[in-house]
Amino acid sequence: MSLETIAFGGLAVVLVASALAVVLTKNLFHSVLWLALTLTGTAGIFLTLDAEFLAAVQLLLYAGGVVTIVVFAIVVTERLVGDRITQTSRQIFSGLIIAGAVLVGLLTFILRAPLSRPRPPLGGDLTRAIGDAVLTRFVLSFELLGLFFFAALLGALYFARPDD
Amino acid sequence: MPASVSLQGYLVLAAVLFAVGLFGVVTRRNTIGILLGIELMLNAVNINLVAFARFNGDAVGMVFTVFTISITVAEVALGLALVILIFRVRRTAIADHLDLLRG
Repeated sequence: MSLETIAFGGLAVVLVASALAVVLTKNLFHSVLWLALTLTGTAGIFLTLDAEFLAAVQLLLYAGGVVTIVVFAIVVTERLVGDRITQTSRQIFSGLIIAGAVLVGLLTFILRAPLSRPRPPLGGDLTRAIGDAVLTRFVLSFELLGLFFFAALLGALYFARPDD
Repeated sequence: MPASVSLQGYLVLAAVLFAVGLFGVVTRRNTIGILLGIELMLNAVNINLVAFARFNGDAVGMVFTVFTISITVAEVALGLALVILIFRVRRTAIADHLDLLRG
């Protein structure tokens, strides 16, 4: 058993456990902290796939940015102490049925698909390949992404502006 | 035990995470909790994209992942701004209380 297999197994256990904690824990704030663990574990999964750049992006944007924003939103809409932060779940039974059905469908599809090809050797620096592709083949999408970010941030600022 | 993890291993992990996120979206009552479930689902999709890109030996899938991560962050920022706005107007963050359009 190689080191990579052990790393993948450990990360998979951490990921599934923390994801379950995100959807099951009563305290919304703890839920966000578990989400931070899930996103960090995903960065580890990216590392086992030789995608160091994406692991860094994942940590910066997701585990850094998203968690910070969500914590701010919780602070605004809930009180951090007291009973109000506890959240109840509803319709657990139908949720189990829907999620279980989707999971079974996905798993049968994955396990029946002819995918068992070996991992090809790493052809050069993936970070350099990503950079080259972004600034040549996908340059229009990249610029549109900048425009999209501008629009989204303006919209967020507009919605969350203080009352005048 | 194979020497390295197969593509199926990554896909199964992503499928499980996706199902867990879907369960959260269906069962959570707080809008922020629903957003966290959506985050989990998008995260699972990213694992799929990166795994396919690596096993195909093609960096294009990783470029796509950069795009999806960025768009997700913008989506969360905008979604939480909407949550805060709704909270200001209706004084609630529970999705079931937002039944203004119910006939």
